[in-house]
Amino acid sequence: MATEIKPNTGTWAVKSGLAQMLKGGVIMDVVTPDQAKIAENAGAVAVMALERVPSDIRAAGGVARMSDPQMIAEIIESVTIPVMAKARIGHFVEAQVLEALGTDYIDESEVLTPADENNHINKHDFSVPFVCGARDLGEALRRIGEGAAMIRTKGEAGSGNIVEAVRHARKVLGQINHIKGMEIDELMATARDLKAPYELVKEIHETGSLPVVNFAAGGISTPSDAALMMQIGVDGVFVGSGIFKSENPQIMADAIVKATTHYKDPEMLASVSKGLGASMPGLDVRNMPESEQFATRGW
Amino acid sequence: MASIGVLAIQGDVLEHRKMLDSIGIESSEVRLPEHLDDLDGLIIPGGESTTIVQLIDIYELRTPLVDKVNEGLAVWGTCAGMIVIAKNLNDKRPNPLGLMDIEVSRNAFGRQIDSFETDLDIHGIDGPPMHAIFIRAPLVTQIGSGVEILAEVGEGKPVAVKQNRLLATSFHPELTADSRMHSMFVDIAHSTP
Repeated sequence: MATEIKPNTGTWAVKSGLAQMLKGGVIMDVVTPDQAKIAENAGAVAVMALERVPSDIRAAGGVARMSDPQMIAEIIESVTIPVMAKARIGHFVEAQVLEALGTDYIDESEVLTPADENNHINKHDFSVPFVCGARDLGEALRRIGEGAAMIRTKGEAGSGNIVEAVRHARKVLGQINHIKGMEIDELMATARDLKAPYELVKEIHETGSLPVVNFAAGGISTPSDAALMMQIGVDGVFVGSGIFKSENPQIMADAIVKATTHYKDPEMLASVSKGLGASMPGLDVRNMPESEQFATRGW
Repeated sequence: MASIGVLAIQGDVLEHRKMLDSIGIESSEVRLPEHLDDLDGLIIPGGESTTIVQLIDIYELRTPLVDKVNEGLAVWGTCAGMIVIAKNLNDKRPNPLGLMDIEVSRNAFGRQIDSFETDLDIHGIDGPPMHAIFIRAPLVTQIGSGVEILAEVGEGKPVAVKQNRLLATSFHPELTADSRMHSMFVDIAHSTP
């Protein structure tokens, strides 16, 4: 019963399919191979390899770029779970470099300084899948229209404050519910208002969900934060600064993974939340000038 | 009617449940040992095998799951699930459950950019070939006696295997609209141990 392989790689099914395999999981930012191993041992489904976690990027200021390929390659070598890495918005050459390195997923990320203020990367051109941030459904559908195979809320990275991630997740999910209940006649006007591709709006009307996996990101720093996002209705969580900027990263990593699996079980949440030490310091997003907010980068 | 659970630690749990629902089979989610009670079959979905095995141990599911299989629980592992139920892996981690007498190579086709789709002829499935999606997929590298190869890609590369009430596939029928493999597993689970 042997079937000859006719390799059909880089297809939509395999790109969006990998995101399906990450569901219910935690993706952790790591800056060294040792951190990557801690993340893998805690049960992370993937790691995001970068030079500095978002709170340090925020503190350092200046231009934040793609990480050193040598460092990404070392992290790829150190773990067997998928490795993601960030390219600047619109910087398709950084994306080409990351694809050539064997990165499993590219995050076209507002945490880095945008390279193109008008255009995002044409992600259909790549075999490697992309995840992109969104603050509302229109932004999510524009990214999917460009070829993103996974969406995450932008939240406010490096803030240690969950409020923006909640705002963005509520917005996207609320807009999906609204479209689900519409008459077909209303879909074109909705596509116009959302500045989103009509075909994708129509698909949401028919299926009642995004055509790709939707994670939360940007401000998750405790097990309860992770479970809150899961209960609100996302498929999984990214944790950036929240783990390796906490007092005890290993314990925090374990606890956030458990909280994400057992997000509906308050007794489990109580038990994993004990004795974690200090979470990362947080920022009040309301006092942050717009120029310092990562979430306003991209459109 | 067979009662089927889906291990809901992590991965594409919902896709399996939707597929079972489409063939009229109710399913439940298994997160803790007590959720294994009264099941005829358990699907271990696609996901990250390292994560799933770590969490099976953290949630103390290993011993109860192995005991249930010895009592006749049918198990089907897809992709990561194949790794989880294998006897041996050709690398050190993770430590699989050792249910099926196979050795498995993880990420055997390469990294994500090497993930692919193809059509497969599968022994025991009538009609046209099944469309199969391979994502960072594993491959069976050795089989013990009593393990039947149901499908291969290329010569000597088994991607679907069966041993008594255990089934393992490297690919993801749950990501397609083809429910024939799910029906096959329900029939196994429904048969007398």
